[in-house]
Formats: sequence, C-alpha cells, structure tokens
Amino acid sequence: MTHWIIAPVVLPAMLAAFIVLAARHHLAIQRAVSVAGVLTLVAIALGLALQVSDGNILLYRLSDWAAPFGIVLVGDRLSTGMVMLTAVLGLFVLLYAIGSGWDKRGWHFHALFQFQLMGIMGAFLTGDLFNLFVFFEVLLIASYGLMIHAGGNARLRAGVQYVLFNLIGSTLFLFALGSIYAETGTLNMADLAARVAVIGPEDTVGIRVAAVLLLLVFAIKAAVVPLHFWLPSSYAEAPAPVAALFAIMTKVGAYAIIRVYTLIFPPDLEVTSGLHDLWLLPAALLSLAIGMVGVLAAKRLDRLVAFSVIGSMGMVLVATALFTPAGIAAALYYVVHSTLAGAALFLISDLVRTGRGNVDLTAQPPVAGAAMTAGLFFAGAIAMVGLPPLSGFIGKLLILDAAYGTNLVVWIWAVMLVSSLISLAGFARAGSVLFWKAESVEAPDTMPDLSTPAALSYVAVGGLIALLVANTVFAGPIHRYTTSIAAQLFAPGPYIATVLDTPGKLGTPTEDH
Amino acid sequence: MELLIASAIGVMTAGGLYLMLRLRTFPVILGMSLLTYAVNVFLFASGRLTVGAAPILSDAATTYTDPLPQALVLTAIVISFGMTAVVVMIGLGAFLGSDDDHVDDQPEAIDKTAEAGQ
Repeated sequence: MTHWIIAPVVLPAMLAAFIVLAARHHLAIQRAVSVAGVLTLVAIALGLALQVSDGNILLYRLSDWAAPFGIVLVGDRLSTGMVMLTAVLGLFVLLYAIGSGWDKRGWHFHALFQFQLMGIMGAFLTGDLFNLFVFFEVLLIASYGLMIHAGGNARLRAGVQYVLFNLIGSTLFLFALGSIYAETGTLNMADLAARVAVIGPEDTVGIRVAAVLLLLVFAIKAAVVPLHFWLPSSYAEAPAPVAALFAIMTKVGAYAIIRVYTLIFPPDLEVTSGLHDLWLLPAALLSLAIGMVGVLAAKRLDRLVAFSVIGSMGMVLVATALFTPAGIAAALYYVVHSTLAGAALFLISDLVRTGRGNVDLTAQPPVAGAAMTAGLFFAGAIAMVGLPPLSGFIGKLLILDAAYGTNLVVWIWAVMLVSSLISLAGFARAGSVLFWKAESVEAPDTMPDLSTPAALSYVAVGGLIALLVANTVFAGPIHRYTTSIAAQLFAPGPYIATVLDTPGKLGTPTEDH
Repeated sequence: MELLIASAIGVMTAGGLYLMLRLRTFPVILGMSLLTYAVNVFLFASGRLTVGAAPILSDAATTYTDPLPQALVLTAIVISFGMTAVVVMIGLGAFLGSDDDHVDDQPEAIDKTAEAGQ
C-alpha cells in the first residue's frame, strides 16, 4: 500500500499549521514555505497521475481498516487528474498573490490558502461520501476566510451571502447523507454502488429522494441555474487570486456529479432514470444561456468574468449530462480549459484594477500597463468565448460532437452556438471599452497615483495563458487521456473490486454483501 | 417515539426555513441553527431508533444501536457549530461596517459599491 496518495491532503495541512504557528510574523518565510509546498504538491500529483495512467487504481485505507468499515482514499485517473489540475492552478495563483501583494493585505493568507488546497485535494481523493462532506467543509471554511481577506464592507456583505448559501448547501448535503445511510446502511462509495444496484423496484422512494438531494447539493457547488445566485457577487467581491482559486471550486461540484452519477447511480440505473436527461441537462443549458447573457449585461469586469464562469460551468454540465463516454471525455477536457481560462480572467481583471483603480466598464483614461494587460485580456477572452485557435474552441467542438445524435441535439447546438455569439459580443464590448475607448478620453490633470502591476503578476497570468496554449497544442493526447478517464468511469468494476476486496483489518471480502 | 422524532424534525425544518426567508442576518442565523438541529436529529434517526441499547456489538449482545450515525452526528455538530460562529462574526462585521443587516443586496447598496469602485 503506497502512502503517497494521502500526501496531497496531509502536506498542506502540516504547512498551514506551520505557517500559522511558527511563521505568522514573517511574510518571506510564509511565501517560501507556501510556494515550496505547492511545488511539492505538483510533483506528488504528477507522480500519482503517472502511477494510475495505465488504469491502475490506488487504494489507501486509513489505519488499515478494511472498507466499508474504515475510511478510504481512492486514486483513479479522474481523481489524480483533478488533483494535478488543482496543484498547477494553485501554483500560478500563489505566484500572482505574491507578485501583486494581495497576501500582505490581511492576515493568514498563506495558511488559509494551504487549508483550501487540502480541502480540494481531499474532496477529489476520498472514496467515502461522508468524507466528501467533511472535505467540502474544510475547503469552505478556508474559503470563507479567503473570501473576506483584506476586508471592506462590500466584501463582508458578499461574504455573508456566500457563507449562508453554503451553510444551506451543507445542511442539504447532511439530509442527503442521512437518507442514503437510512436506505443502504453505508456511505462508502464503492459499497453504495454495489448496494444501490440491488434495491428492489418497490423500495426506491428513499434512495430517489437521496439521489435528488445529492444532485441539488452538487448543483449548488457547481453554480447551476437556478442555484447560482451565490456566485456572481461572491466571486466578484473576493480578492482576485482567491476568485481565481475558486475557479476550481465550481469544478469540485462537477467532479462530484460525475463521480457519484457514474459510480453510485449510473445512467442506466432504473431508480434515478430521468434525473440527468430530464432535469440536469435543461438546467445546464439554462445556466449556459444565463451565464453568457450575464456576460453581455455586466457593468463591471469582475462581474462579467463571474458570469462567464457560470456559463462555462453550464457548458461542462451540458456535456456531463449526456452521460456518454464521449460526453464525459469532452466535459473533462472542457473542465481543464475553463478552470485555466476563468482563473486567468479573474487575475486579468485585477491587473486592470491595479492599473486604473476600478473595473467599471466605462471609458476612462488609459490603464497603466495597458498594452500588456490588453494583450492578456485578448488571449483570455478568446479562450473563454471559444474562438479558434485556443482550447475553448476545441472543447466546444468536442461537446457539439458528443451531443450529435442525441434526442436534444437541436436544443444543445442552438443554445451553445447562440450563447457563444452573445458572450463574444459581451467580451468584445468589454475589451473595446476598457482598452480602446480609453485612448479617446482626455487624461485629467491630476492623475491618481496608480502603479503598473508587478512583473511577477504578469508571469503568473502569462503562465496560465501558456497552459491554455499547451492545452490546445496537446489537445490530441489530452483528449485521448480524458477518453480513457471516461472509459474507466463507465466500467466501475475494478474500482469497486479494489476498494471492497482488498483485505485489511476486519477484512471480510464481499460474500456478505 | 417515531412520531415524536419525525414531527420534531419537521417542525424544526419548517421553522428554520421560515426564519431563513426573513433575509435579515439575525433571523437567518437562528434559522440556520434550527435547520442544523433538525438535520442532526435526522442523521441520528437514520440508524433506526433503538431504546436502551448500547452502541456496542458483542457476541453476548441481543440488541444494539447503530454507532455510525452517532459518529456522523458528532462530526456534523462540530462543523455546524464552528460554521455558525464564523457566520456570526462575518455578519457582525458586515453590520457594523455598513449599518445594515440585510442579507440580500439592497438597490442603493449596489449603487454605492459601484460608485466606490471597489
């Protein structure tokens, strides 16, 4: 049994404690420890991803108690891939936070950042629904602190909304877990998969309620319309590096939907039939449309980016809700793209704020450092809208292709293409107002004292854009890998067998199930 | 006993939801607390209700109660308690800062934020 799989959870937890206890007054040490920690995480994630790339499944039993009695962490292609994405995103976001000085504007940024990473990594790696809840709470508690980092009235007000909405989500999650436990007597995902399949058609009331409640919880996390109301103001008011890190948090919701509704409630299961095609798919189409209309309607750049995140989550879930191997593969490719593009755009909106003092979409005198910022915005907007040549275009093509031949193909194609056009108009308007019209506005006599953003900020944003380019150039291998992830998800036999049949303390292989 | 527990969960959930829809920080937080009480009892009941039995299974035991929901409830209580403390602090900060305890955005507050440019 390899112990490496628990390292992405334990390492940030230890570093966070070290930063709070030993280095709370030394920003340089905090920065060094934090960057070193995230670099190590990237290396560990790479190692884990290589170990499972041949279809192997890694199992870690805490204290060696056998599943379903003990807690397990499971690493397969999907979870290690998401861990990898988180670690890489975390690295660039951290560099931006250091470069722009956001980490100096309040206390404990680095400790909270590490706790946030711990929660996200744990949520991806856990093989147990209750632990998924616990890791959700870990990442949420850290995100509450990060969300109101550096304070301010508008930020605190948005923070209250964000915390309350997520508390309601957590309560719903507990109701869902309670009903699942009452129906099946287990919360281990692999064990659940085996037990839900044998529930007779006459006793499905409880498990149906549980499946719908769980979907609601994950939809809140993924900001699916009509459960998206928490996202625009909290992402727009959060400090930019935090909002960029939050770009992965909506994907935790998408990950949980993909995991639970392929493993526990697979698409051909009678009990939950209709849940994805009748409910999730229309909701996803609606979020795609509303998100992109919001892009056109936004009056501030940070809100515009927040709505584009809702729209791109809609795109991910449209592909997910098809629940075909091609759909999931396209969704996962788009997850990588939309995480990187969303994070880059949040950071760019902060570059604009540093250069001109606000992010209102009105014509104002030129931004300090405008040429560079405008170039990055251009690349980020192309990626998010999904124009060639960047990966958003390839992702959309894959989703359109996956949707071809399904019953709702007309709806999916129409909504995707029209909403892309709307978001194109929205981003083009924002870019021209921010950067072009600025040339026609007379500079006031007393220019406010605004500085050009730091070089490290540009390095961080440029790094994210470079990753988007890499995601485009290596689209073939990456899509082949996401296809193999989808194949593994739709053949859950090895996953279930690895979790349930590996002997440990109290190990009684599956006869009694 | 089943009726008592079930109605207690129902009444607390209904009260919690009503208070949460009031959209002022204090009632919303009270409503949150009621809702977490409801969910704690619900989790506890999800292992079936047994009277006077220990949560220990041994060869001699004739009846026992399911220990797992008790562990789950303990975790849920700790988490919800901590979360309530966090939301009280953030809510207090927001109220003292802007002298307004509405949870939803007020139209004039949005204008003010836009003017402040932050």
